[in-house]
Amino acid sequence: MLGHIKILYHQGKQFIPDVTTAKVPGIFRGRPVLSQAKVDVSRLVDLCPLHAITADPVRLDLGKCSFCGECARQFPEKITFTSDYKIAANERESLIIKEGDNGPVKINPLKVRKEIHHLFQKSLKLREVSAGGDNSCEWELNAANNVQFDMGRFGIEFVASPRHADGIVITGPITENMAEPLQICYDAVPDPKIIVLVGTDAISGGIFADSPAIDRRFFKNYFIDLYIPGNPTHPLTFINGVLDLISARKS
Amino acid sequence: MRYTTVQNNQTIPVSQIPITSYDTFFELNAGFVKDSAHRHCVNYFGYPVDGNITLICCIADDQSHEIYISSCQVEPTDKLPSLVSEFFCFERFEREIHENFGIKFTGHPWLKPVRYSHDRKDPLQTMANYPFYSILSEELHEVGVGPIHAGIIEPGHFRFICNGEQILHLEIQLGYQHRGIESLLLHKNKLSERVQIAESIAGDNVVGHTIAFASVWESLCGYRTPRELDFSRTVALEIERIAVHTGDLSAACTDIAYQLGSAVFGRLRTPIINFFQEWCGNRLAKGLIRPGNNRFPFTPALAHQLLDAFDTFEPDFNEMHKELFKMPSALSRFERTGTLSYENALSIGSVGMIARTSGLNRDIRSSHPHSLYSELSHDPIIKHHGDVYSRVQIRKQEVPQSIQYLRELMTRVPDYDQDSEPLGSPKPDSFAVSLVEGWRGEICHCAITDAKGELRFYKVKDPSFHNWMALALAVRNNEISDFPICNKSFNLSYCGHDL
Repeated sequence: MLGHIKILYHQGKQFIPDVTTAKVPGIFRGRPVLSQAKVDVSRLVDLCPLHAITADPVRLDLGKCSFCGECARQFPEKITFTSDYKIAANERESLIIKEGDNGPVKINPLKVRKEIHHLFQKSLKLREVSAGGDNSCEWELNAANNVQFDMGRFGIEFVASPRHADGIVITGPITENMAEPLQICYDAVPDPKIIVLVGTDAISGGIFADSPAIDRRFFKNYFIDLYIPGNPTHPLTFINGVLDLISARKS
Repeated sequence: MRYTTVQNNQTIPVSQIPITSYDTFFELNAGFVKDSAHRHCVNYFGYPVDGNITLICCIADDQSHEIYISSCQVEPTDKLPSLVSEFFCFERFEREIHENFGIKFTGHPWLKPVRYSHDRKDPLQTMANYPFYSILSEELHEVGVGPIHAGIIEPGHFRFICNGEQILHLEIQLGYQHRGIESLLLHKNKLSERVQIAESIAGDNVVGHTIAFASVWESLCGYRTPRELDFSRTVALEIERIAVHTGDLSAACTDIAYQLGSAVFGRLRTPIINFFQEWCGNRLAKGLIRPGNNRFPFTPALAHQLLDAFDTFEPDFNEMHKELFKMPSALSRFERTGTLSYENALSIGSVGMIARTSGLNRDIRSSHPHSLYSELSHDPIIKHHGDVYSRVQIRKQEVPQSIQYLRELMTRVPDYDQDSEPLGSPKPDSFAVSLVEGWRGEICHCAITDAKGELRFYKVKDPSFHNWMALALAVRNNEISDFPICNKSFNLSYCGHDL
C-alpha cells in the first residue's frame, strides 16, 4: 500500500493538460507546406513511392502519403513538413495540399451529418476494426487511451462490442480475408453510426493500394465521416480529429 | 556435397546450393535437427522454377554460427514423405508449401491452409470453410473468439474446445491479415517502395524487419555496411526492444486488472518511442532504416538525449516492477499459468524470447551476430518455467540489459562519413539470407535474384510463424479466463504471420 502511494507520488500528474495546443517533441512530420519554388517536377512526382505527389499544380495527397519525408529531404525548397498534427478532414479533397496552401486542414461543418453533434458530442463509443493494419495505427490508438493522452476524458472510448458502439474506426487497407468480418461488424453497429478511417492504409490502401490481396469494395457503399492520415496516425492527430468532428456543427 | 554453408547476411551464387534428390534432402535436414537443440529450421520454402518447384531449407547452427542451405527439385503433383514424422518443427512450413503449390506430404498430421494467401493453389479453400478440429462429446463445448477481438488488436480466430472452464484444445486460424507482401516485394521494382513494404510487415517490429530487408539487399549488392549504419541499427533494435517490452508489461498488468502497473508501464513507453521521433520523426521508427543510406545519422547530441531519457526512465521502471513482483495477487495470476515445456518448445522449433523462457537458448544476437552484436558479447537471459511469470520476468530483465548495451554504445558514437560508397545493384543469380533478433525473436529474410539481378523470389519469416503453435500448446489445461493473459504474454504478430 505504502509502495503504491510512493509510486503515485513519484509519477505525479502525467496527463497532457490541453491536447489541442500540446507540442510534439523532436522532428515531427505533420501537415506539409508546398512552396511556389520551381523544381524538376517530374523527378519529384517520380520520387514518391506511394504516388502521393501529382503535378500541375504540384499537390501532395495526405491520404496517400506515408510521411517518410523523402520529398522534403530531396526538395527542401519545395516541400517542408510542419509539426502541425491536426490533419484530419471529413472530405477526401481536403487532404490534398496544393502548392501555395498554408492554411490548416479543416473539418467542413456543412458536410458533418446533423445528428453527430447532437448525439455524440459528449459521448462517442467506437469499435475498432483492424483489416490488414500492421499494428502500428492500432498501437497509437491504444496510446490515445493511456494516461498521457487520456482520450477518455472527452467521452471518447473504444468498446469491445459493435453493439455498444456509435461507429467504427478502420485501420489497414482491408484485406480480402477481412472484408466479410468488417461488413458483419459494421452491420452490427446500431444506427446512426459513423465511419472513421485511420492511417494511410485505410484511407487509400497506402503501399498496398494495388495489391491483389486487398478488397476495398466496402468503401463504395458508405459515407465516410472522418479521414485521419498518418503512418501511423499520431494519438494527438486522432484525438483532435474526432473532437473537431463531434463539435463542428452545432445546429 | 549435400548442402552449402553460409554465414548470416552472406550472398552466394544460386548455383552453389546443391540440388539433391528429395530423399537425400529429407535425410539431411531431419538429421540436422533431430536430437540437436542447437540446430533449428529458420526457413523452409518452395519457389517455382520452369514448372517445377525448388525446395530450399535453411538450418541455423547456433554452435558453429553457420547456416546450412540445401535444396531439391520436385513437381507440384508429387507426394513426398513428410519431415514432420521425423521432427515436428517442419509442420507449418510443409502446410505453407502445400497451400502454395499443392505438393502433398504423406504422414503430415493435417495439411490445413496456413493463411489463405491470394495466390494459393486451391482458391476453393476459403476462410469460411476452414477445417477445424472438433471432438464429439456431450460434455465438451466449443468457444469461438474473433476474428475481431475486444481490444484494439489485429484479427485472428481462436477456437477453444473446453471441458467446463478448462481448455482441452485450442486451434488458431490465421490469414485475415494477408496483404500479399511477398509478391508485392517482387512487383514493386523501386527500392524506395520495397523498403516501405518491409516497414509494414509488422508495424510493431519495424526496426527488426527493415534491418533484415536492408541487410539482405546490401548483401546482394555486395555493399560493405559502414560502421555508423551498423551502429544506428543496433541502437534502434535495442530501443525497439525496450519500448515494446515496457508496453507488454503494461498490457500484462491490464490483463490481471492491476491498474497502477498498467498506467505506469504504459506511460513509461512514451519517452522511449518519443526518442525515435526525436531521432527520425516517427514514433515507431518508420523511415529510419534504408539500405545503404544513413538518413538520420546518430549524433552525440542524440546520445545525450537518450542517456537522459534512461536516467529518468530507470528509477520509475525499477520502482514499478519491484512493486508488481511482490504482490501475491499478481504472482498468483502469473505463476504456473500457460506453461510451455522445454520439450514442446524444442519440438515446435520455437524461437526468440518465447524459446528462452522455456529454457531453450535461441538468440541470433549471440548465435549469428549481425550489426555490432559481436562487440557487445551478448549473453541471453534464459528462464526455465515457461509460464506467464517467466515471460513477464524476461521482459523485466531484458529491458535493463538493453539499456546497459545502449549505455555502452553511447560511449563510442561513430563519426558520420558522408562519402560512403554507393549502394550499387544486386548481383545476378544470387541467394542471400539474413537473420535478425527482433524483440519477438528471429526474423529471417531470404532473397533470390534472376540472371538480370532483379528480385526473383523473396521470403519473409516472422518469429510468430514458429511461436503461434507455442501459444496453442501453452493454454491447454488452463482456465479459459486465463487466455487473455497467456495471449498477451506471448504477444505474437498476426500480420507478420499472415504477411
